[in-house]
Amino acid sequence: MPLSFYLGLSLIMFVLGALGVLLRHNAIVIFMSLELMFNAANLAFIAFSAYHQVVTGQLFVFFVMAVAASEVAVGLALIVVIFRTKRTINIDQLNTLKG
Amino acid sequence: MSINDAAATNPIYQLVPWIILLPAIGVLFNMLLGNFLSELIVGLVACLASASSFVVSVLMANALANDPQAVRVHLMDWISVGNLNVDWNFRVDTLSVLMMLVVSGVGTLIHIYATGYMHHDVRHQGDRRRYTRFFVFFNLFIVAMMVLVSADNYLMLFVGWEGVGLCSYLLIGFWFEKGEQGLGNAKAAKKAFVVNRVGDFGLLLALFFIFWWFGSFDFDVVMNNAADADPIVLTAITLFMLLGVTGKSAQLPLHVWLPDAMAGPTPVSALIHAATMVTAGVYLIARSAALYMSIPQVQSIVIVIGAATALFAAMIAVGQNDIKKVLAYSTISQLGFMIVAVGLGAFSAGMFHLVTHAFFKALLFLAAGSVILGMKSGSAHDHQPEANHSDTIDPQDMRNMGGLRKQMPVTFWVYLIGGLSLAGIPPLAGFFSKDEILSAAGSRSTLLLGVLLAATFLTAFYIARQVLLVFFGTPRSEDASQAKESSLIITFPLIILAILSVVAGILNSPGNHTLDDWLESSIPQNLTVEFMLPIAIISLFIILTGLLLGWTMYGRKSEPSSSTVDPLSGMLGSLYGGLKHAWWVDELYHAVFVRPYQILARFLAQTIDLALLDGIINGLAQFIGKSSRFFARLQNGYVRTYVLTLFVGMTLIVTYLVFQ
Repeated sequence: MPLSFYLGLSLIMFVLGALGVLLRHNAIVIFMSLELMFNAANLAFIAFSAYHQVVTGQLFVFFVMAVAASEVAVGLALIVVIFRTKRTINIDQLNTLKG
Repeated sequence: MSINDAAATNPIYQLVPWIILLPAIGVLFNMLLGNFLSELIVGLVACLASASSFVVSVLMANALANDPQAVRVHLMDWISVGNLNVDWNFRVDTLSVLMMLVVSGVGTLIHIYATGYMHHDVRHQGDRRRYTRFFVFFNLFIVAMMVLVSADNYLMLFVGWEGVGLCSYLLIGFWFEKGEQGLGNAKAAKKAFVVNRVGDFGLLLALFFIFWWFGSFDFDVVMNNAADADPIVLTAITLFMLLGVTGKSAQLPLHVWLPDAMAGPTPVSALIHAATMVTAGVYLIARSAALYMSIPQVQSIVIVIGAATALFAAMIAVGQNDIKKVLAYSTISQLGFMIVAVGLGAFSAGMFHLVTHAFFKALLFLAAGSVILGMKSGSAHDHQPEANHSDTIDPQDMRNMGGLRKQMPVTFWVYLIGGLSLAGIPPLAGFFSKDEILSAAGSRSTLLLGVLLAATFLTAFYIARQVLLVFFGTPRSEDASQAKESSLIITFPLIILAILSVVAGILNSPGNHTLDDWLESSIPQNLTVEFMLPIAIISLFIILTGLLLGWTMYGRKSEPSSSTVDPLSGMLGSLYGGLKHAWWVDELYHAVFVRPYQILARFLAQTIDLALLDGIINGLAQFIGKSSRFFARLQNGYVRTYVLTLFVGMTLIVTYLVFQ
């Protein structure tokens, strides 16, 4: 399969993820959308890595996955705490920090 | 002029710093503890501080009498920057010791007088802390004046010069809450300070020139190199210094502050504004003799200023009704005589008149203070039942006095002695000193002699007028008729000063050159004046005419009314108005200098500062505030907005990178 297929899928995933972040109110859904964007990037890395026969891209994917996993751990913990105090995880209601 | 360091000579000279330290201890003592102690102790400490300074001065004089060689006593290093090396050195020579004796001697007598005088002030005003404050300032003045006269370099002299100016300011404004609209005295103090600043600016420029040319402030360095100096630089130095002299010694055109300075308590007028501080200018010229002697043109200017002041102020004194104002203008006039003398190069004649004037003018002022106290006590005695009435009578206005001869005999006699000494009746001290100046003037030019003789005539006339108005005739107010003689603490210094005013002429009487010889080692350029019988006879004749004229005009029994018209106003007509208003010099200065300055200041304050500068600063601050309030709205708390902003930004950057 040509490279452009992979890149096209990656693009679609990224746009879907971005739209999810922008449009959804639920913090957990926003998190899932973020994961989607990470994986879109990962897919692009893998595709280029295979296309150019260079292993660096695949290595980088592992880094991204590790960082994403730790980020989720912190993020979910934050969401739990926020829910306990605010009784909501609607991102638009967490707007007290403003100028 | 050579100088020895003290270590090599008499060890007694090592005591000289104490002439400053002892009064300084008095200042500190009274400043820290004075308010907790009784009046007696405060006054005693102040008097002792001044008297002990006098004792040290006498020791110095005694040491110099054996060996008149000038001595330098090093106290400490002061300033050492680059080429500038100024030490805190005392100079003990015949000139400085003469000044020390006058300052601390007359100063001590006035301190004693002031303990009595200010006691009455405290009774009248209530607040007893004033008493302490007064003596702190008074001792501080002695400190500053001693620094001035004992300095060995111009910079140390300048410290003293400014110090006495400060004390003068503080003491003129001592009754700061009194005067016209409760501001009059404060304004008088401010005026003295500001006018003196004009003079000090001149002196400061002279100091800069001195350092620029001579590379040192030491008197010796300057005097020894004066002969080789560039005449233009010397002219600048001497002229700027002369400006300083006119400021401090109240000469034309900067004489305007001294009459207003009479707002201060009378001992202040006697000590600062008659006997000591105002003579600092004469001392400065005598000290800088070598500079002035090398520029004859500047000497002529000095003479012209002195002679003009002598005559001008004597004229004004004739038209004054305030007992202290007459003496103030008289002081200005007599200072003019001294300035003429030092301008002529007759330094010892000038210093001689300085000394005798310190005695008889301090005497006159203190006696005038005694008269004022007498009037006040008369007023207090008279109007105890209906207290308000007494406020309407001015206890210093001579038109309210008269006949005090009987009520205040001691004050009358000492006043008479002081007045005759001022007028120049032999064998009182004033005759000899004034005659020496007249002789010196006579050998210079007839015109100068004529001007000074005219001033002498007016002097005799105004002092006769004053004595007759105050002490003779019948009382012209109830206060005067009830006046009482002052207590012994007041009259004792008066009697001492009266004796001094009589005998001080021995210092340099005809054929006797004690003072000339004494000053020889300090001022080798001195022009010794010989007694000239014709001039003495002419001046005596003129003085007697003046006194007689005063007697015929004011000696008759005056009717008991304070509204009596001065007989002078009928004789002189509109001219009398000029005398009375001091030739409107104040008004002239107000119109020419003060008003434009105020307008400029108001323009700078309101237009430049408030409108323009504040406008720029406030406008900038408002702009920053408004713009940040606008940008703060971007941070609205909605995370999704931030994310959108992030995406848009990233997109723009990536687009730029791709298509660049």
